[in-house]
Amino acid sequence: MRYIDDFRDPSAAKGLVVRIRRDAAEVPVRLMEVCGTHTVAIARSGIRSLLSGAVTMLSGPGCPVCVTPDGYIDAAIALGKERGALLASFGDMLRVPGRSSSLEKEKGKGVDVRVVYSPLDAVALAAASPDREVVFLGVGFETTAPAIGGAIRTAAARGVRNFSVLPSVRTIPEAMGALAADPEVRIEGFLCPAHVSAVIGSDAYRAVAEKHDIPCVVAGFEPLDILMGISMLVRQRKEGAARVENEYTRVATASGNRKAQEMLRETFVPCDTGWRGIGVIPGSGLRIAERYSAFDAERKFGIPVVFGQEKSACRCGDVLKGKILPADCSLFGKTCVPEEPYGPCMVSGEGTCAAHFRYGAP
Amino acid sequence: MRNDRILLSHGEGGKRTRDLIAEVIARHFDNPVLSPFLDAGLLGRIEGEIAFTTDGYVVTPPFFPGGDIGRLAVCGTVNDLAVCGAKAVAISCGLILEEGLPADTLTRALSSMREAAAEAGVFVACGDTKVVETGKGDGIFITTAGVGVLAAGWKPAPGKVRPGDRILLTGTMGDHQIAVLIARKGLSIEAPVRSDVAPLSGLLLPLVGRFGGKVRFMRDPTRGGVGVTLNEMAAAAGARFVLEEARLPVREPVRGVCEILGFDPLYLANEGKAVLIVDGDAAEEILAALREHICGKEAAVIGEVTEGAPGVRMRTAVGGLRAVDYPVGDQLPRIC
Repeated sequence: MRYIDDFRDPSAAKGLVVRIRRDAAEVPVRLMEVCGTHTVAIARSGIRSLLSGAVTMLSGPGCPVCVTPDGYIDAAIALGKERGALLASFGDMLRVPGRSSSLEKEKGKGVDVRVVYSPLDAVALAAASPDREVVFLGVGFETTAPAIGGAIRTAAARGVRNFSVLPSVRTIPEAMGALAADPEVRIEGFLCPAHVSAVIGSDAYRAVAEKHDIPCVVAGFEPLDILMGISMLVRQRKEGAARVENEYTRVATASGNRKAQEMLRETFVPCDTGWRGIGVIPGSGLRIAERYSAFDAERKFGIPVVFGQEKSACRCGDVLKGKILPADCSLFGKTCVPEEPYGPCMVSGEGTCAAHFRYGAP
Repeated sequence: MRNDRILLSHGEGGKRTRDLIAEVIARHFDNPVLSPFLDAGLLGRIEGEIAFTTDGYVVTPPFFPGGDIGRLAVCGTVNDLAVCGAKAVAISCGLILEEGLPADTLTRALSSMREAAAEAGVFVACGDTKVVETGKGDGIFITTAGVGVLAAGWKPAPGKVRPGDRILLTGTMGDHQIAVLIARKGLSIEAPVRSDVAPLSGLLLPLVGRFGGKVRFMRDPTRGGVGVTLNEMAAAAGARFVLEEARLPVREPVRGVCEILGFDPLYLANEGKAVLIVDGDAAEEILAALREHICGKEAAVIGEVTEGAPGVRMRTAVGGLRAVDYPVGDQLPRIC
């Protein structure tokens, strides 16, 4: 536990808070943590309360469940209901509401939905049930995508033809670019994800930093990582700089994980994709490469994912863009609670609304 | 017992049922109230105010490091009475057995019920045995009810909780749940963790006898752990509790397993711990008294009652403040 406690040391934390407050301007600096794991870590360690008045932390779109559009859930349900496919999914997708239902509700009505912990488990399911079509709900960012690609490659190598993936894979730097360009959001610094950066490398944020003149710092998920990352962002702001820096050097490098990147290049190609509440961002998605098209459920079954049909009262989109805090949504904590979520940000354990609801504003 | 496995006929009320009662149950729980095997145990006159509780035990697996379903059944009921200030007098033992259960499993569970009952100074006054078909149960379920008598004229008084009171925990969090988790097959985790299951009457009843109303309110943080129990206590008391994360006692291996699996020790079940809200001025003295007992050696002050809206907050290790709410979804079902 030593290596964990080192990153939670109270006196070091105190020193960083003092430094952040000293470097911060009179008007609180608006920083965005892009990743859902950061959102939860910040809420859980009470960092927001430590920095109030100096730093405003906005939560970004980095929870894959939260940014998955209604249309994706609808397509998944159609595959299960109309084509009788066995749907294999990560557990936190089950309660995400589509336009009229969720996988959890459809499971109760007889759609065969199985929770798996790895895309390879879905390949194994398909191999074990050759008379069923098994569709893996491939939701994730650059972290999960190599494992999804690996499952596709494994299925192809083993000739598991009844396996396919309904992809919902998104890439973070493109979303950051779209948010940076939004004048309503006004982001002054990005706290970049830890695990995504381990795959893509910190250099991947250079375009965002240079084009939009916004400092970017890759930081780990422990409280001291986060405080250090914030301190580096505030310091850059003070100097008028807009560089990419890396606090998480113990895991993430400038160029990232080449093996994972090769896997992505082999199995996916970039595409435009829809983000819930944000809309279609050019080049921000990954679709399955032509050579593996037999494993693409959208093409295999002719059931397309339709974007842009979100429920009107839900303000998850504004939360995901950092335009409002969860408490500013009229549904938050009233008709939208973790037990009975209305929007996806309340569903996932890494959703901004769920984190705010659970760890609260004191 | 002639059969090495439980059969449906052991629950049908006939000869085999009589054999089971005579050869297995009576052998373990022989006492003057139970042994006549009437339809009810005659407890006679009990002086004092009566407390009454009931619980069901479905833990899987039934045997785990540090305890088993039998010990759990006795301790759970004794502790529910103890945190209300009541000394357990008699408990019942309802067995729901699955056809095919190895008789050895039953006798091991009953032996440990007997040992735990002796440890807590309570006896089994009545019982019942049912057998369900294979696949309709899961080996062995136990239900218990317990009658107790208020020992020192002390009663829980959530209404007396006030700002300045301290929150005490009698030992480390999460040992029981992690021990059960590790005992489950399919999780290849090894860690030296033992369940804390133990009767708390010997720790708590002398304490309320000595400190009276300075101990305001006690609960045992079983399912849902300290986090849920404190939320319930804060609601009952209409008070705000503020915990100190750095003071929460958790054993190293339990912390390690929690870090790997993403569990929060605050929400892990305990079976031999109590949370106490006590007068701030007497807190150190009460803490010292708890630490004199084997079940309270690692007791700690974990927080205090403050002014403010009812609820639970926590000062985090790095100095921030956050809410401690009810968890959504069980971290692990069937742990007791």
